[in-house]
Amino acid sequence: METRFTEPNTLDRPKQFDSKVTVPDNKGIKVVKSCTINRTCEELFQFWRRFANLPQFMKHLVSVTETSDTESHWVAQVGKKTTEWDAVIFNEHPNELIAWRTREGSDIAHAGTVRFKPAPGNRGTEVTISFEYEPPTGKAIAFLSKLFGKEPGQLVEKDLMRFKSVMETGEIPTTEGQPSCREE
Amino acid sequence: MRALCYHGVKDVRIGNVPDPKILNPHDAIVRVTATAICGSDLHLYDGYIPTMEEGDILGHEFMGEIVEVGKEVKNLSIGDRVVVPFDIGCGRCFFCEKQQWSLCDNTNPDAAKNAALNGFSGAGLFGYSHLYGGYAGGQAEYVRIPFANVNPIKIESNLRDDQVLFLSDIFPTGYMAAENCNIQGGDIVAVWGCGPVGQMAIRSAYLLGAEKVIAIDKVPERMRMAEEGGAMVISSEDDVLELLKELTGGRGPDSCIDAVGMEAHGSAYDVVKQKLKLETDRPYVLRQAMRACRKGGTLSIPGVYAGIIDKVPFGAAFAKGLTLKMGQTHTQKYMRPLLERIEKKEIDPSFVITHRMNLSDAPKAYEIFCEKKDNCIKVVLTP
Repeated sequence: METRFTEPNTLDRPKQFDSKVTVPDNKGIKVVKSCTINRTCEELFQFWRRFANLPQFMKHLVSVTETSDTESHWVAQVGKKTTEWDAVIFNEHPNELIAWRTREGSDIAHAGTVRFKPAPGNRGTEVTISFEYEPPTGKAIAFLSKLFGKEPGQLVEKDLMRFKSVMETGEIPTTEGQPSCREE
Repeated sequence: MRALCYHGVKDVRIGNVPDPKILNPHDAIVRVTATAICGSDLHLYDGYIPTMEEGDILGHEFMGEIVEVGKEVKNLSIGDRVVVPFDIGCGRCFFCEKQQWSLCDNTNPDAAKNAALNGFSGAGLFGYSHLYGGYAGGQAEYVRIPFANVNPIKIESNLRDDQVLFLSDIFPTGYMAAENCNIQGGDIVAVWGCGPVGQMAIRSAYLLGAEKVIAIDKVPERMRMAEEGGAMVISSEDDVLELLKELTGGRGPDSCIDAVGMEAHGSAYDVVKQKLKLETDRPYVLRQAMRACRKGGTLSIPGVYAGIIDKVPFGAAFAKGLTLKMGQTHTQKYMRPLLERIEKKEIDPSFVITHRMNLSDAPKAYEIFCEKKDNCIKVVLTP
């Protein structure tokens, strides 16, 4: 599946759209992952649209604070390294799509789109995340390589699975903290 | 608490480990009153299931008393007596809603590892390697039960532990294997392997209306137990294909159940390939069952396979239009109806128990069960 973060470009952009955004078309490193969640588009959209919910399932986010209808401040942490950026929603269609990207000057320039589409036969909703980031420079190299490891798709896929678990079950299954005979 | 921990191939030991804690809102903690060793635990013990880690707590057949519940568990109370299924469902995904609990989308926290091997991951399982989530198992004094709101079944009658314990795995597993045969009047079912699952499959096939069950094994005490269950028993060391034809009027069994799985005996070829890691599983029984089954018949596979097999006569399966049914048991689907059968005295699964030991003696129990010493068929451990 090949999807660019600016799609669908036939849709109107909100008035607050800021043209000084990062990640020009075709220059980013892209990850696209999908899964089907046994919930309606409305339920999933509403949860995601409250960006403050995202750290519940995006493992490396510490917080997302909404500063206006379309703007937000994000704090992420990997190990002891913390980084922050401001993002703006540049496209939104209720129950279908949310697209955001970082403002110019962010250390980690990236853009993301999440789409919600009814799955056939009442099988819930097909959720697709496209995530694109600029090849990093400077300090961002170390942070991103630690965040993504060798395969950025895995992180996005795991976050998506955690989103599914939160939405379907209300919790994220875990074994962290269970007993074993290992010294941990 | 005391728990049986994996340390390496044929090396399991009782260790002192921290008590489990509630980690999620739908968790509960069970104080184990009875636990068993499953034939599939021997695949771990023998080192044929990848991703075991030193220190993992084993065991997936257990029952006990609820001692703590998470804040979202409304249907269980402290003191409730429960049997816990070996597969962990969430109750809310597409698969759990279809009663395909062992295919749950959510309960394997490390689903990517399993998906890398199998394409997609099924449910997390207690004590069954990190491919299946690495959940701490039930051969312990206490166990944490995820999604305790949907998984355990409450036992409210005064049946003994040993009568209901096997609702956790082997009774539903043998029953689903027989149900997968879609038994019709007059059907003859052949069962390879007279271990505990084979024994349950033999009795379940009769409960579901089989005309005759033919069992195949070579261990005398297991063959005797199969006969007590009503099966006609043949030795795996005889010409099995020829005998099965004779016993079915030349038609072949209508359904064949492989209750042996990946460590079948009988083929030196597979022993060598498995030792050299050129093959992960020894599919001797699978091959034989594929050839033996009648045209249009069903091959039902409760025996565990974990990886790659070769020299499978797939042409035979194709030529005869066989139906293949397999997979981990959807235990939760079967626990209530099978409990009712036990309550109605249609079956008492405790017949399969040959050894009762203390949890502290579990390493010894693994050894005698694995080596089939002392006529061992099924061990129940009490903490």
